[in-house]
Amino acid sequence: MEGWIFFLFNGIVYGLLLFMMSSGLTLIFSMMGVLNFAHASFYMLGAYFAYQISTITGFWPGLIVAPVLVGCIGALVERYFLRTVHRHGHVAELLFTFGLAMLIEEAVVLIWGRNPVPYTVPPDLDFALFQIGGMSYSAYKIFMMAVSITMFVFLYGVIARTRIGQIIQAALTHPETVGTLGHNVPRIFMLVFGAGTGLAGLAGVIGGNAFVTEPGMARALGTIVFVVIIVGGLGSLTGAFIASLLIGVIQTTAVAIDVSLTDIFATVGLDLRNVPLHELWSKRISDVAPILPYLFMVLILVLRPRGLLGTRDS
Amino acid sequence: MKHVLRSAILGAAMAAVASAFVPIAASAETVRIAYIDPLSGGFANIGNAGLAHFRFMVDKLNAEKALPDGLTYEIVPFDNKINAAESLTVLQSAIDQGIRYIVQGNGSSVAHALVDAIDKYNNRNPGEELLFLNYAAIDPALTNEKCNFWHFSFDANVNMKVAAMTDYLVERPEIKKVYLINQDYSFGQAVAAAAVKIIAEKRPDIEIVGNDLHPLIKVKDFSPYVAKIQQSGAEAVITGNWGNDLSLLVNAGKDAGLDVEWLTFYAGLLGGVSALGDAGVDHVRQISEWHANVPNAEMDPIVTEFKQLYPEFDWAYYRVGTLMNMLTKAVNEAGSPDPKAVAFKLEDMRLPTPVGEVWMRKDDHQMFQQLYLATLAKGMKFDLENSGIGFKTDQEFTLESTVLPTSCEMKRPE
Amino acid sequence: MIPGNRFLPLMLVAATIVILALLPHLFNSRYALTLLNQLGIGIVFALSYNMLLGQSGLLSFGHAVYFGLGGFTALHALNAITDGDLPLPVPLLPIVGGLMGLAVGIILGWVSTRRSGTIFAMISLGFAELVAASSNIMRGYFGGEEGISGDRMSGPVLFNLSMGPQRDVYYVIAAWMVISALLMYLITQTPLGRMANAVRDNPLRVAFVGYNPQTVRFLMFAISGFFAGIAGSLFAINFEIITAQAVGIEYSANVLMMAYIGGTGYFLGPVLGAIIYTALSIVLSAYTEAWMFYLGVFFIIVVLYAPNGVSGVLAVHEPVLRARLMHRLLPAYGLALVTAATLLAGAVVVIESSYHLSQPGALTATMNLAGIEFDADGWRPWAFGLGALALGALLLRETIHRVGHAWADVRHHLTGDAAT
Repeated sequence: MEGWIFFLFNGIVYGLLLFMMSSGLTLIFSMMGVLNFAHASFYMLGAYFAYQISTITGFWPGLIVAPVLVGCIGALVERYFLRTVHRHGHVAELLFTFGLAMLIEEAVVLIWGRNPVPYTVPPDLDFALFQIGGMSYSAYKIFMMAVSITMFVFLYGVIARTRIGQIIQAALTHPETVGTLGHNVPRIFMLVFGAGTGLAGLAGVIGGNAFVTEPGMARALGTIVFVVIIVGGLGSLTGAFIASLLIGVIQTTAVAIDVSLTDIFATVGLDLRNVPLHELWSKRISDVAPILPYLFMVLILVLRPRGLLGTRDS
Repeated sequence: MKHVLRSAILGAAMAAVASAFVPIAASAETVRIAYIDPLSGGFANIGNAGLAHFRFMVDKLNAEKALPDGLTYEIVPFDNKINAAESLTVLQSAIDQGIRYIVQGNGSSVAHALVDAIDKYNNRNPGEELLFLNYAAIDPALTNEKCNFWHFSFDANVNMKVAAMTDYLVERPEIKKVYLINQDYSFGQAVAAAAVKIIAEKRPDIEIVGNDLHPLIKVKDFSPYVAKIQQSGAEAVITGNWGNDLSLLVNAGKDAGLDVEWLTFYAGLLGGVSALGDAGVDHVRQISEWHANVPNAEMDPIVTEFKQLYPEFDWAYYRVGTLMNMLTKAVNEAGSPDPKAVAFKLEDMRLPTPVGEVWMRKDDHQMFQQLYLATLAKGMKFDLENSGIGFKTDQEFTLESTVLPTSCEMKRPE
Repeated sequence: MIPGNRFLPLMLVAATIVILALLPHLFNSRYALTLLNQLGIGIVFALSYNMLLGQSGLLSFGHAVYFGLGGFTALHALNAITDGDLPLPVPLLPIVGGLMGLAVGIILGWVSTRRSGTIFAMISLGFAELVAASSNIMRGYFGGEEGISGDRMSGPVLFNLSMGPQRDVYYVIAAWMVISALLMYLITQTPLGRMANAVRDNPLRVAFVGYNPQTVRFLMFAISGFFAGIAGSLFAINFEIITAQAVGIEYSANVLMMAYIGGTGYFLGPVLGAIIYTALSIVLSAYTEAWMFYLGVFFIIVVLYAPNGVSGVLAVHEPVLRARLMHRLLPAYGLALVTAATLLAGAVVVIESSYHLSQPGALTATMNLAGIEFDADGWRPWAFGLGALALGALLLRETIHRVGHAWADVRHHLTGDAAT
């Protein structure tokens, strides 16, 4: 029993990390309808900026400055490029961010080289805070969880509970109306995109030293963040939050399950050893844990295309 | 109009295409070696490091006039983007340019593709044979069931390295529980299989308390795996993980307060020490044919000189030196750089190197050499990646102790 | 397709066949033939992809699944031929691979084409990740890291092709390319093809006229899987080896870029895209480490300024050519070309110098660009590069204005002609 609580807790830790990494993407997608493929690249920029700042001033100033810088770059990208592409539709927007991701990776290589940079956890937080089941949890990990929860509370508060949030939401569905009400719709979008990329940058500041800061980190973050927002439901912040936790728990728990489908079916007398794709069924669940989120995503999309809490189909 | 820029780029690209169709004639005075490894993209650094080693050796050998008849070496780099199909494409380009020696190391999938393609080419074009000298791809299949006359392997393969690790465990009777965690692809699976088999032979009292395979470069957070290792009570972990999969694993272990010995293959791979940082010190061991802190008067100047020439890299591929010296010896003995004649001379060759003799077994074209198990430590004479961290020898394994039987049934040309 | 003369398509096909037959005599180095072969494979693959993106409005991130699985099946079949278990000539292997692509397309398409838009894109991404991950697990079928290899010089000989030399393979690929392209073109002319366009533009209306948009999408998806499987089989024959990389995300992204760069709105757009992409990724990468940077910039420029791709840009000139008004555009184009070339030259010097300096293992700062040697860390190349870049950018604005004026003029004439 204690073992399961332990894995559940680990799952929540991982889920919160996932939410931290995908919150910016959710914000941009739910407010603007843009699926930002360069999200992970902004995450990487955040990590590199924070590293650069930390070499001069230490970790803490970078926590504020780096996300702001990344957000500014994001806002400029929206203002000068994304807005142009917007006319050609969502596919063009998506492809633009796809190309942008390529360029950012190359630019990072040019500036910081291909080796990992020594961006480390601040010494103030580099100690074990408590232990569960013989495993220590570092203060930094708890700090990451706190940041993730703060992000959620803050975003939820702004979007659902404030007037600005309502204007932003209305700007997506009824841009003309919002425009005639005297709001500058393009500027709202620019700010939203800046805020979303800034959140990605913040995740990079915090994730870069917990993991590894290197030019492949954007690629390594990969498509898992898309899984989070798709499963959660396109456009739903709460959905993304729940999806993060769910995926975190599923994946972490699966690592602990050392049996395969073949084993399970064997207990009820079914022999899967000679059926098609038998190699797949004989794989232990723990070995395929990291690809379960993708399976989960496909299942969700097939069974409930709008996701857990989604409000619209596409 | 912006169309124009596009046309201009298109024009430039077309010009590039056109020039690509013109084969470049080979000079008879040089022995040209195609270096086929990643030179762009995520693995470019590792590819460039290998290239620097070859360039260094070639410059050294040319300066010594090591080849007969005024011949010199030339390294011709080709970018394969660590992709099997791209490798075969650039191989065609190398053949067009009259190059007959191929060196490659990164990725067993590429090595298999090259062995296969070179074998077919040599069968279909007798008299124009190519020779493949592999400096780092260590899938045991390359010198066992898929062995080939035109392929020579200069790095110890997975089975040999795992056997040496097990020899180390024999010296450490207090280690009773070992955990295996590997990437779920050929190499990781080979490590896991070899470890299960060889440990059962040499240390049957050791319990393998876990054998996890995880998808390659897909895991962000290794904490759940670390928790499993923690609960299993393992004292040592054998892992073939490299790159982020290694540094994230070890760092997650450090965060969780996991106290184990990490027995690895690739902790010293370029970028590895920087990413591991302090988490690796005194805990991470690596098995390799050499490291800079093996005391040796002949190697120290090479390490220093290489660092001066290529400050971003460290002399890490001892075997590249061995490879080039063996090739030189074979060309001298054969009296010509003809790959077929050279291949026969390479077979069963023994060559003294600074740290000991090496032997190229005729049966499977696997080279045998000394191996070292070493731990990452601070305050060593030579560090890696300017990190202040270097390797410190735990145990040395003689050439004889690394020799394993082979299942190779080689087909030799007349 | 360019409207007009009914015989134009036929003449185009005839001309293509003649050119294809002549090409290997003009370029006979092994590398050139390998490139041409890859080009042919890329063309079939990109055309099959465009059945989804261009014709049905389905953005797929997982098209390599059908390409790769087709290729693996073809290689397994090739090995069966070598072992004497399958009496099939090697040049006909693509039928086997195509059927596999079709089968997988039917299975996965049945699930994924129930949706369109972003949901479809994400399902395709999910399947792509799943198949890529399974490729490491199922070693029997995918052969692990080393993949599956075979020997194409086996089985019954067809048309006197031994399949050993690259040239034989070239003819097989060229033939399959022409056949596939023709078939895919014919499909665009069928009611299914027309309906697919309607589904792309307005699914609701299709439903009103009594067609089920899902069925249309499904059929197009499955057929596209068939042609992707053919392309994968050609890949397998060309390289005689296929690894799990062939089902990976990277190949899916490549074909997306090919189709988009070429232009998804025209049938022949992806052909152009495949040519440009192959040139940039294979040939350019032999010259510069920065090829990915150039490719990224080029792709972004296309997305930003030419959403209909290169073929779209060419197509707007068609009425101008017809009205014999090209001479009114050419002077402005010439000026713009010169300034763009200046900008490009500056950019290339700056980019190459940066890469050269950042590249570890650069023994010295001396580099060689187009035969000119210079020091990347001196001020000269940077002054020249940045100068040319700035000058080019400034003048380009001006010359683009001129092009705009010339176009306004031409448009005026065109509408004037139409009025009379």
